[in-house]
Amino acid sequence: MKVKSSNPAVAPSGKTTILGVNQSRKAIERTATIIFFVCGIVAILAVAAITIYLIASGAPALGKVGILDILFGTVWSPTADDPSFGIAYLILASIFGTALAICIGVPIGLLAAVFLAEIANTKVANIVRPCVELLAGIPSVVYGLLGAIILCPLMYDIEAAIFANDPNHQMTGGKNLISAILVLAIMILPTVINVSESSLRAVPQNYRASSLALGASKIQTIFKVTIPAAKSGILTGVVLGIGRALGEAMAVVMVCGNVANVPFPFNSVRFLTTGIVSEMSYSSGLHREVLFTIGLVLFVFIMIINVLVNVVLKKGVEKE
Amino acid sequence: MKHMKKILALAMCGAMAAVAFTGCSNNGTTTSGTSEGGNTNLSGTITMTGSTSMQNLCQALQEVFPEVYPNVTIDAQFTGSGAGIEAVTAGTVDIGNASRALTDEEKAEGIVENVVAIDGIAVVVNPANDVTNLTQDQLKQIYTGEVTNWSEVGGPDMAIVVVGRESGSGTRSAFEELLGVEDACAYAQELDSTGGVATTVSSTEGAIGYLSLDALDDTVKSIQIDGVDATEENITAGTYALQRPFVMATNGEISEQSELVQAFFEFVYSEQGQEVVSQVGLITVDGPSAE
Repeated sequence: MKVKSSNPAVAPSGKTTILGVNQSRKAIERTATIIFFVCGIVAILAVAAITIYLIASGAPALGKVGILDILFGTVWSPTADDPSFGIAYLILASIFGTALAICIGVPIGLLAAVFLAEIANTKVANIVRPCVELLAGIPSVVYGLLGAIILCPLMYDIEAAIFANDPNHQMTGGKNLISAILVLAIMILPTVINVSESSLRAVPQNYRASSLALGASKIQTIFKVTIPAAKSGILTGVVLGIGRALGEAMAVVMVCGNVANVPFPFNSVRFLTTGIVSEMSYSSGLHREVLFTIGLVLFVFIMIINVLVNVVLKKGVEKE
Repeated sequence: MKHMKKILALAMCGAMAAVAFTGCSNNGTTTSGTSEGGNTNLSGTITMTGSTSMQNLCQALQEVFPEVYPNVTIDAQFTGSGAGIEAVTAGTVDIGNASRALTDEEKAEGIVENVVAIDGIAVVVNPANDVTNLTQDQLKQIYTGEVTNWSEVGGPDMAIVVVGRESGSGTRSAFEELLGVEDACAYAQELDSTGGVATTVSSTEGAIGYLSLDALDDTVKSIQIDGVDATEENITAGTYALQRPFVMATNGEISEQSELVQAFFEFVYSEQGQEVVSQVGLITVDGPSAE
C-alpha cells in the first residue's frame, strides 16, 4: 500500500505496471510464507499433542501398578483376578527383534546400495532400483501375510526337526522370534538401500578418482573411501530402519505368535507394538491404561534413538 | 521391463484386495425391520451391570435399542457376573448381567434368570488331524501344557500347537472359565481375532484352537467334547459342555418390572433383538414363554 501511494508512476489500475506486478507478487510471497509457516506448525503441534497425550494417558498406570512392576515384571496377565502387568519380555523382544533385524537387514541393504551406486551398470541398476522402490511401497500387512503363509510353515518344519524330542519346548507352529526378525529385516531393506544409495552417490567423484589413482582396487576404494565418506548418510538409513522395525506392528503380529514369552529364537514372542495392537479392542480400565503405558515406553525408545543419532551424526560432522 | 512391472503391480493389487476383503468381518450391528407393538414414546434410563463377557451384546443393544425407543438410554457397567447379581439383588440396578446360570441361593432371593442368549464355543483342529473327540480333562491338559503331543490323546505322533485368543477377548474368558483354567493356559499363539484362529488352525498341522460357534467353517475341523458335537441343537439341548447362558437377571419376574424394563425385554426377545444376538456371535433363544 505504501509503495502504491508514494509512487506517482503507478497506474490507477495498479496491475499493468512493473510495480503493480511487484505488489501482487509480494502478496503471493506473503501468503505463501504464511502457508508454509502453518504447515510447519502443524507438524510441531502433532508432535506436541502426541507427546502430551501419551504422557497423560500412559503415566497414571505407572503410578497405579508401580513403574518397576511394569518395566521389569515378567508376567503379563492383565485380565486375571490378580492382574499382573509386567512388560519386561515385551521390551526385550522389541529390542532383540529390532537389533537382529538390523544385523541382518543393514549388511544386505548396504551392500545392495553399494551395488546400485558403484558397481551395477545402468541397465541392471534400472531393473533393481524399481524393485527396491516397489518393496518400499508394499503395505506392511502384505509382508505379514506372506510371512505367515510362506515363512511360518517353513519355520514350523525347522522347529519340529530341532525340538522333536524336547518335552520342554512348546511348539509354536512357526510363529516365533526368527520369523518376526526375518520379516522385519526385509521390511527395513528399502529404507536402508534408498538412503544409503543416495548418500553413496553424494560422495564426490574425485574421492574415488584419487583412491583409484593411488593404486587402490575398486573394492578397496568402496570399503576404504566411499563408504566411510558416506558414513553419516548410511547411519541415518540405519536409524530410519531401526525406527521402522521398532514401530512395526501389523506385519509382526501375523508372524510372532504374540505370547509374552522370553525372547528365545523359537519361542512365540510378543513385541511392544503387537501387545498394544492385539489387546486394545477389548481392553478396559487399568488394562487399557497399561496399554497406553506400553505406547509411552515405545515412544521413549524412539526418542532415545533419535537423540543418539543426532549425537552420533554431530560427532561425525565435527570430525570431518 | 515395463510389462513386468505392470504384472507385478497387478499381483500386488490382488493381494491387497484379498487382504482388504478378509479384513471385513460381520461385526456390524445394523438392523432392519421395526419392532412389533409397544409404546415407543417411553423415556428414561435402564441401568444394568455385570458380566464383562456380555459387553459386546450390551453395547450392541445400547446402539440398537434407541432406534426403536429414541428417548430411552441404557446405562451399562461391566463389573463381573457376581457383582451384577449382587447389584440387582440390592436393587441398585434394573438388570444384573451374568454369563452363567444363577445359583439356587440367588434364585431363592427372588432373582429371576432371564436367558437372553447362549454363548457356545467350538474347539477346532486342523482338518488333517484324525482326532475327533476330546474329554474336558484332556482339553484342560492340552491347554495347560501337560499334554503336548496328539499321541497322548489318541491322535497321531504330532506336537500340539496351542492357539488361543488375546487377554480381554470374551471367547477366551468364556473358554477358560468353562474349563476352569483361568490364566493357567500355556498358549503358543495368541491371536486377536476369530478369523485369525481359524486361519492359523487350518494352516498349521497339529494346531488346536477355539472359536465362537457361529464362526465355525469348513477350513477347520470341529471336534466333539465328551462325545458331543458342537452344534446349535446340542447347545440348546444343554448336552454340549462348552456353553454358557447370558443371563439378564431381574429382581422378580419381568412382568413385575417397570414399563421401561418390560419394553426392553420385549425388544430383546423380539426378532429384531435376537438378530442383534446372532450378530454378536451368540446363539439365539426363544422368549420366556418357551422356558
